[in-house]
Amino acid sequence: MNRHKPQRVFWQGNEAIVEGALAAGCRFYAGYPITPATEIMEMMAQKMPALDGAFIQMEDEIASLGAVIGASLAGVKAMTATSGPGFSLMQENLGFACVAEVPCVVVNVMRGGPSTGLPTSPAQGDVLQARWGTHGDHPIIVLAPSTTLDCYLVTLQAFNFSEKYRTPVIILSDEVVSHTREVLTLPRGDELPMIERIRPTVPPEWFVPFETQGRLVPAMSSFGDGYRYHVTGLIHDVRGFPTNRPDEVFAFQKRLQEKISEHYTDIQWVEPFYLEDAEQVIIAYGSVARSALHAVRQAREMGLKAGLLKLLTLFPFPRAAVEKAAIACQSLLVPEMNWGQISREVKRVNRGRCRVVTLNKFDGTLITPKEILKKMMQDQN
Amino acid sequence: MKDITKLIHQYLRHDKKFPHVWCPGCGNGIVLGALIRAIDHLEYSKDEIVLVSGIGCSGRMSVYVDFNTLHTTHGRALTFATGIKMAKPDLKVIVIMGDGDALAIGGNHFIHAARRNINLTALIINNSIFGMTGGQHSPATPYGKMATTTALYNIEPAFNIAELAVTAGAVFVARGTAYHADLLHKLIEKALHKNGFSLLEIITQCPTFYGRKNRMGTAVEMMEWQRDSAVPVEKWEGLSPEEREGKFSIGVLMDKEAPGFLEEYEKVKAQAKRIASLNATEKGDHGSQI
Ligand SMILES: Cc1ncc(C[n+]2csc(CCOP(=O)(O)OP(=O)(O)O)c2C)c(N)n1
Ligand code: SF4
Repeated sequence: MNRHKPQRVFWQGNEAIVEGALAAGCRFYAGYPITPATEIMEMMAQKMPALDGAFIQMEDEIASLGAVIGASLAGVKAMTATSGPGFSLMQENLGFACVAEVPCVVVNVMRGGPSTGLPTSPAQGDVLQARWGTHGDHPIIVLAPSTTLDCYLVTLQAFNFSEKYRTPVIILSDEVVSHTREVLTLPRGDELPMIERIRPTVPPEWFVPFETQGRLVPAMSSFGDGYRYHVTGLIHDVRGFPTNRPDEVFAFQKRLQEKISEHYTDIQWVEPFYLEDAEQVIIAYGSVARSALHAVRQAREMGLKAGLLKLLTLFPFPRAAVEKAAIACQSLLVPEMNWGQISREVKRVNRGRCRVVTLNKFDGTLITPKEILKKMMQDQN
Repeated sequence: MKDITKLIHQYLRHDKKFPHVWCPGCGNGIVLGALIRAIDHLEYSKDEIVLVSGIGCSGRMSVYVDFNTLHTTHGRALTFATGIKMAKPDLKVIVIMGDGDALAIGGNHFIHAARRNINLTALIINNSIFGMTGGQHSPATPYGKMATTTALYNIEPAFNIAELAVTAGAVFVARGTAYHADLLHKLIEKALHKNGFSLLEIITQCPTFYGRKNRMGTAVEMMEWQRDSAVPVEKWEGLSPEEREGKFSIGVLMDKEAPGFLEEYEKVKAQAKRIASLNATEKGDHGSQI
């Protein structure tokens, strides 16, 4: 792709995810087919070989994430994509990638659940699974696109965050976002940041693999580069070896949390629409944010002071942006295609400052602008 | 300095992570010794070797050796290894698993790695039991034997690991024991040398759990049982079913040539690149631009 002139393209969300990943430098894909994520895998199978990248269809999702972690440790940017059932299978290895600090990107194109659920219907039921699905107490970065352009940019950013913070990054798409075709204008290549993991600069004899030199994120060498070190899912000391020593365990756990929490402002990513004077603010993400924007525009035409805060980062939860909106408005409306997973976070952050109204739908159909508008009117009265 | 001391200094992380976690008399140390001698003899550099292990007593081996080492999740070592090998085909990737690790939780990955024929060397340390979790029966525990999760005795038949690998398509399959340490290191060398998925099943002793539960005596007595039960494959072919009862074959069980995943994928890459460059010259550019 020509990285210097803006390009107009006609893409499906899943296609944009693939293109975003390739633009970010992803050169390894391992996966297992599942609706509605399969197009990502099919396109990767087509595109990877000509780019000198590697593609493999594994025997299941557990294997897929295992292979992704292996490839990343060998120095290649790697990703996989799945939907709810496959995402559940990946949880143990996701925890491994967190603890071993292995950069990688996992796309979950959400569908209705639980279990095999509603394979071809949109849903947002995996938000808290993305946050808390793997065992143990750990931070995570979760991003959610709502347009095809978002799919491209969010995927690029997911790779950037994963490289920068040495952590798996989860992209939560949904059936509608992933399957909608749209014309979009890609940013010029020189406008796009591209972040690579920090490599060690010391000679191998001096390399202490999990020492951070004040950065919170240790430099990472690849297998085969001459820095022989040990990688494990066990809690480890700065040399990478398993430890039970409370002081070392504490230091490790604390650093894992802080490398994300201390960079919260960098990771928090939201888009405000009509917030300057908004009295009613909708907080939405994914395909629902599209309906919400439509509803806000209609409300404005009717003279209502409505606004939208679209969340692109779901975790770490963009507390500051939500707090700011809560202070300035009279009510927050959180429409979601689940029983209320992000509204919990909103209520936690709001702490009674303004009304929080929820609109939940879980019948496999989209939340329409009309439904949102209706809820806003009800809230007015 | 004695040769063995030299090897220890060269290959073990002696200044870093000892003493090890294994029980006295455990077979894992013998396997580690044979592996190091094989690597030393074949003159691989430490930087080109990646040792990937699963979870179990045997899985701890990766901590002790001075290679690129990766201690994965239980049963998934082969999947991590697949990613490494595809990303960097020049690396020599060795995978160490326990019988429970490779055949119970990892059984699916095991048959598919063999079928796919990706260029990895897999060693399964078969002590007939789950060691690390305290002696539960594994898919390699023979029928009638004792374990902590059998009420009276094991009512499940055992996998024949090496035969399973042959059936799944592995191009190189061998079986050795901790007792036949010299043969073991030669078999590891052969497995490392082989281009394709090579599997080595290694019968070892877990005196702490399997041996104690099944009244097999000390580690030495368990190794004597290995000596008395193992039959070289050449001889095995001529034995009747009755003569084979309670015995197993050792040596190379399968050694064949078949196209490997990595080589096939290289061909796909070359062709895809040719098509891409043709398309680019035809269209003047590529992609679904409007
Ligand atoms: C997903 C998961 N399930 C269970 C365990 C617990 N576990 C640890 S080691 C092990 C069995 C190990 O047995 P084997 O692979 O035969 O190796 P050995 O200890 O005998 O060398 C089990 C079940 C785990 N770590 N992860
Ligand atoms: S429990 Fe068995 S396999 Fe594990 S270290 Fe002890 S003897 Fe070896």
